[in-house]
Amino acid sequence: MTILPNAAILDAAGIHKRFGALVVLDDIDFAMGADEAVGIVGPNGAGKTTLLSVLSGAYPPSAGTVAFKGGDVTALPATARCRLGLVRTHQVPKPFGGMTTFENVFVAASHGAGLKRDEAYEEALGSLKLCGMLGVANRRAETLGLLDRKRLELARALAARPTLLLLDEIGGGLTDGEAGELVETIRELRRRKIGIVWIEHIVHILLQVAERLICMDAGKIIADGDPQAVMANPQVISAYLGGGPK
Amino acid sequence: MSAASPVIERGTAASRIAAIAVALIIALLAIAPQFLSAGAVDRMTALFIYVILAAMWNALAGFGGLVSVGQQVFFGLGAYFSIRLADAGLNPFVALFVSAIVVGAVSWPISLFMLRLRNGEFAIGMWVIAALTHLLVNLDRLVQGETGTSLISLNVYDASTRRVAIYWLALASMTALLAVLFGLLRGSTGAAIRAIRDNEDAAASVGVRVTGTKRLLFVLAAFGIGIAGALWLATSITFQPKTYFSVQWTAYMIFMVLVGGIGTFEGAILGALLFFLIETWFGGAGVWYLIGLGATALAFSLLLPRGLWGTLEERFGLRLLPVGYSVRIPVNATLTTGETASPAQTTTSREKA
Repeated sequence: MTILPNAAILDAAGIHKRFGALVVLDDIDFAMGADEAVGIVGPNGAGKTTLLSVLSGAYPPSAGTVAFKGGDVTALPATARCRLGLVRTHQVPKPFGGMTTFENVFVAASHGAGLKRDEAYEEALGSLKLCGMLGVANRRAETLGLLDRKRLELARALAARPTLLLLDEIGGGLTDGEAGELVETIRELRRRKIGIVWIEHIVHILLQVAERLICMDAGKIIADGDPQAVMANPQVISAYLGGGPK
Repeated sequence: MSAASPVIERGTAASRIAAIAVALIIALLAIAPQFLSAGAVDRMTALFIYVILAAMWNALAGFGGLVSVGQQVFFGLGAYFSIRLADAGLNPFVALFVSAIVVGAVSWPISLFMLRLRNGEFAIGMWVIAALTHLLVNLDRLVQGETGTSLISLNVYDASTRRVAIYWLALASMTALLAVLFGLLRGSTGAAIRAIRDNEDAAASVGVRVTGTKRLLFVLAAFGIGIAGALWLATSITFQPKTYFSVQWTAYMIFMVLVGGIGTFEGAILGALLFFLIETWFGGAGVWYLIGLGATALAFSLLLPRGLWGTLEERFGLRLLPVGYSVRIPVNATLTTGETASPAQTTTSREKA
């Protein structure tokens, strides 16, 4: 198991991920503290979602280790990592379509957070309220529009009581007003001391929350640090303008 | 939270009346043999067995998303193990239930590899398991191949005592299995089961133990169908492998669940009742009866994909045995929501299960 140099809550070392001949993650090292808010940007196909999937346990890395809260979780499936407090949302929402919005969130509260009935009710209602979804609590999730499905992803992940939340493009397609609400919600999570890793294309939303920014390109981390400095990095600009790192 | 905080409701006014009605119906059924003819008692026993089959297949496919076309394997094994246990000297009535426990135990190792398969692979794989098991059972000398054998030790009881005893056992089994199933589906495990049905990956990502939960459901369904097979043996005495391991049993289960309403607790029971009536009225029509059954199932899946009960539930918000959750928001509560909800919406929209 990985020996952690500091109080890093999440420490991924030497992560490779290959799908056949395609190398999607190429030697990623990433560690973060318990109450950090880290943004991840990068062009399409950079490997951002794949990194999130490896961190959350959706599938194992081809090589490398993931440690969470000081223990090696590389071999643990997503279920077990969720129960430890490492919870993700999905870029393409995956609602439980035949269940109501409330039931979707209740599943996470009772299984992810391991809460008993009344506590799970309260947790689920609290998450729905925070994400502004109480009004659609009884709607079958398959009838929700994309915006509400994205909110549901967040509400459901929150009900699992994460200590570290991995967000995958939950801001896509929002109007300015909606984005403002989302930023407020994320700030509330920060006040609750929940660590955040947030992949987002809409950089100006991300910069309102992230204290640290990572830019990925072609399966590698090409810049990591203060958000303003990362955005000014010539390599980052080049990656975004389509030139790719030289 | 404030006084105006939302309340979780599990039942409706209709469901509270339904609960009393269910208790009354079961009480009436328990004393019914005193008033029914011998033939009617036998038919009612068959109905109870159909309800068990429909409820189990519905739990597996409608709630758990595990569509199997090989559930006859557990029906056949329920009968076969009863024969074996009775042959070993066990009281035949006791053998019926010990047999079902053995079926449940056997289903556990089967689940280890079958639950790795998904969707169509699982469905067909179960059929393969059923066909293989049928062949293996044929190898048993006691069964004498397709000649079959009988639960002869049941003959020490006189016909009328036997008939009523089996009736009560079937009624008690049905009631107990429905109660267990209802409790399971209504609890937090039931929510996990439905989440797995809707999206297995998402369920895992919010902490649901996917494989363990599926296994629990699979074993419970095997156990229930095993009881049904054992009871069927008790009513018909003779055991011919090809009758019990026939895919027709699963076809009946699918018919009952599709027509009644897949994924609703009430639907399976309604479907079993309809199947029972159709069989009673048209069962003598031979091949045309089977063609009629097939055509009905086809018509339902095309025109009323949610079945009779599913359609009723959607149209009228009628729920008699609800397993879901409903959030009631007091009128004076402020909604912090993107989509504004009318009070009507929060009270009438219902979930699938």
